[in-house]
Amino acid sequence: MSGDTPLLTVRGLRKHFLVRGQSGWGGKQRLHAVDGVDLFVRRGETLGVVGESGCGKSTLARLLVRLIEPDVGDVIFDGAAVAARGGISVRALRRAVQMVFQDSLASLNPRLTVEATIAYAPIVHGAPVAEANRRARAMLAQVGLVPEQFADRYPHELSGGQRQRVNIARALALEPRLLILDEAVSALDKSVEAQVLNLLLDLKDELDLTYLFISHDLNVVQYLSDRVLVMYLGRVVEVGPVEAIYERPAHPYTRALLAAMPTMDPDARADEPPLQGDPPNPIDPPSGCRFRTRCAFAEAACAAVDPPLAAVDGAGGEVLEPDHANAGAHYASCLMSVAGSGHSRAPARIGVAA
Amino acid sequence: MFALIARRCVYALPIAIGVTVVCFSLVHLAPGDPLNAVVSPDAPADVVATLKHAYGFDRPLPIQYVRWLFRAASGDLGRSVATGRPVAEDMDQAIGNSVVLALVAASFGFTLGCLFGGIAGYARGGVIDRVASLCALLGVSVPHYWLGMVLVIVFSVELGVLPAIGMGPHGAEVWAWNANDLAHVLLPAITLAVIPLGIVTRTVRAAVAEALNQEFVLALRAKGLRSGAVLRHVMKNVAPVCLAVMGIQFGYMLGGSILVETVFAWPGTGFLMNDAIFRRDIPVLQGVILVLAMFFVGLNLVVDIVQTLIDPRMRRGTAR
Amino acid sequence: MTSPAVDIDSAPATPVRPVAASARGYWRRVGRRLSRDPVTIVCAAILALIFLSAIFAGHLAPADPYKTSMLDRLKPFGFRGHLLGTDELGRDVLSRLLYGGRLSLLLGVSPVVAALAVGGFLGTVAGFFGGAINTMIMRTVDVFYAFPSVLLAIAISGSLGAGITNAILSLTIVFIPPIARVSESVTAGVRNLDYVGAARASGAGLFSVLRVHVLRNVLGPVFVYATSLISVSIILASGLSFLGLGVEPPHAEWGLMLNTLRPAIYIDPTVAAVPGAAILLTSISFNLLTDGLRHAMDVRA
Repeated sequence: MSGDTPLLTVRGLRKHFLVRGQSGWGGKQRLHAVDGVDLFVRRGETLGVVGESGCGKSTLARLLVRLIEPDVGDVIFDGAAVAARGGISVRALRRAVQMVFQDSLASLNPRLTVEATIAYAPIVHGAPVAEANRRARAMLAQVGLVPEQFADRYPHELSGGQRQRVNIARALALEPRLLILDEAVSALDKSVEAQVLNLLLDLKDELDLTYLFISHDLNVVQYLSDRVLVMYLGRVVEVGPVEAIYERPAHPYTRALLAAMPTMDPDARADEPPLQGDPPNPIDPPSGCRFRTRCAFAEAACAAVDPPLAAVDGAGGEVLEPDHANAGAHYASCLMSVAGSGHSRAPARIGVAA
Repeated sequence: MFALIARRCVYALPIAIGVTVVCFSLVHLAPGDPLNAVVSPDAPADVVATLKHAYGFDRPLPIQYVRWLFRAASGDLGRSVATGRPVAEDMDQAIGNSVVLALVAASFGFTLGCLFGGIAGYARGGVIDRVASLCALLGVSVPHYWLGMVLVIVFSVELGVLPAIGMGPHGAEVWAWNANDLAHVLLPAITLAVIPLGIVTRTVRAAVAEALNQEFVLALRAKGLRSGAVLRHVMKNVAPVCLAVMGIQFGYMLGGSILVETVFAWPGTGFLMNDAIFRRDIPVLQGVILVLAMFFVGLNLVVDIVQTLIDPRMRRGTAR
Repeated sequence: MTSPAVDIDSAPATPVRPVAASARGYWRRVGRRLSRDPVTIVCAAILALIFLSAIFAGHLAPADPYKTSMLDRLKPFGFRGHLLGTDELGRDVLSRLLYGGRLSLLLGVSPVVAALAVGGFLGTVAGFFGGAINTMIMRTVDVFYAFPSVLLAIAISGSLGAGITNAILSLTIVFIPPIARVSESVTAGVRNLDYVGAARASGAGLFSVLRVHVLRNVLGPVFVYATSLISVSIILASGLSFLGLGVEPPHAEWGLMLNTLRPAIYIDPTVAAVPGAAILLTSISFNLLTDGLRHAMDVRA
């Protein structure tokens, strides 16, 4: 399942938006939507991305398909740098990477039939119309919609789940390698959501796809993902294999998120919410560790140092660059995992005389 | 909040300047030399040259524009070609008359419009709703100058109860008005009010109906609030939109009164303009258009600011 | 991964119709909706009558609209074959009404059509590209929008002089700003929707996105808005002629007829009222028709 090079590598991705301040006067302010994100996605795996609203997940998704231009950072797809000399063009990238959006109705042109919507991308890339229509019908069948019934329908004549299937079919029409799903099932009823998730799993096997699955629903992410990445305020705070994240979360934020998951077990109910307050304003993020304002373990050192992504278990807390060589490793961006960081709970530095 | 107001004012400035540019260019749109407006074509060449220099027509256009603008800003709108009187003088009186007419029409049209619209929106589907919608439709469809003629036919020619043309003897001195003045203003005001009445009725009706459909009304009723109190909440929601529409319509009544004033020979700005068109009296035309347009820009600005102040969503800058 | 035995989701949301009978094409659907609306049908019929009578005025008019008769001035209805009487120069009112319809309708419809083309283009460009282009276009539009429409029409007409082309030109300029504004706001709204993003993410070029996705969704609302301006245009055009700025004598046009018949209201009021009634009828019919059209074109309703 894992080749040598990851399918997608992202380094130092940054996107700031200039917005008008609240007072209505004065200059524009900087909204740190995505503030230095490193990640990679291996072939054939599903990377789940979780975080609260406003953490930058959707901006990240749009940066990856180049709907928004990043300010700084490298995106490398299958070894070729995107929009760089000698690399892969944005148009070629769009053949290989496709996206499914959250709002199923807004993602579909209300004036086009389902067949026309799905056939649009192949036509744009040069396929003859008849061939594209045939392909569209084949995709409809593959996502579980009978072509004879659905090809001539308009979006407003479909249910939410059906529309999302159409969106998936549309994304798959170009035979992409990587599919980015931005809260693709969040707006669906639970039963419908389950069906669409199963469809996604089936398609992944059938078509040999790789997924980047963005969601705020931790249960769904656990069900679907091989590895999980946790975002907070534009930064990656933790990343690792799904079992490691869910059973041994290292970052306090991840721990709080998991503790907040509703459970059917009456004994496991908490009396107090694990996280207090709202996330700070992305216009003015806190200095040092961004989570320190809500962290139960925050100390003075946390305000001074911006914790890097460090390996959690095994390597003794050494700070490491996340790259494919350490593919299965579990990293967290917290001073408690970094040896000798000055935090009271940090592991001692290996080799330092006590 | 002051920042918001200041910003609106600053935005209005380029528009105002643009408006003056358009007003200035109108003259030069006219076929033929603008000089022909002030001197007959077969005058001797040296007279033409002198007048040309006196009026500044020999300077390049941007210079002419700036000079004209400065003069206008200081109150000098030139002289009428036909009468030789300063334009500003005639304007003064005419504006007063137009304002009086617009105010009477507005008070009549707006109160009726809000009333009809409010009732229609509240009792959607009822008889009053249908009647109000019909009246509103008629209001926006009827050519009001024709309606004026019809009213004159009915009330002046056939019934003979109201005067057909002119303003009352006391002119714009409203405080001195008597029944005669009122009789003179009645028909023109009704005619002028018809279209705004239709528009205001439609707007108020739509706004009230939409507000009543909102969930917060349901919540208020569920809390046990009585109809009267609920209505007050609805009014607060509806007020900004309605005030905006009424403000704009008042501007139209003032700026677009020419047709009504022509029918009734009401001595306002419209009548002045009509005369100027007929006599190709360019300075008067230019002056009237400039003043009316600037007034409309100012009115838009005021409506904008008032709306910002009233609508709490806009105050915070979160709407839009 | 086993799929559930009963696939709830594949159950059709609407009753299944065989493909042949289901409405193919959005316009066919609109047509069907319209055909079920009695008010719209009546108005369409009335307007068709008005248009046809104007086009075929040559065949329908009983008399020459320009032929004057000093003896038979301002005669009432039915006088010697003049169904609607004669005007102040002895011309047959009915014939002038029919011929006048041509010019009134021309002056009413063509400015809106021209403004739709120009204003729609400007607004769509401004709304789609945003940024500096948007500011430049929309600020210029705002300057003209800052005038009350009647005033602007009269100002331009007054400067250019009387005449049909001048009137059409000035009315076109009057209608460009509101249409540009509407199309800008609709386009800006559409541009941000996900399906445009999805289209761009498919690798489509700019023109393809514009043509297939943006224009189709913008044209509808803008077109409906523009048609609602037709009745205003007819009234304004007649108003211009009423003031002596549009059509010039001896041509027939409803507004001009109102103007020349004005002194006659003391002698023969009903004759004087006839052209205005024609304007009113046309205007109401257009208003109701466009209301019905807007309702039928609403995809969701």
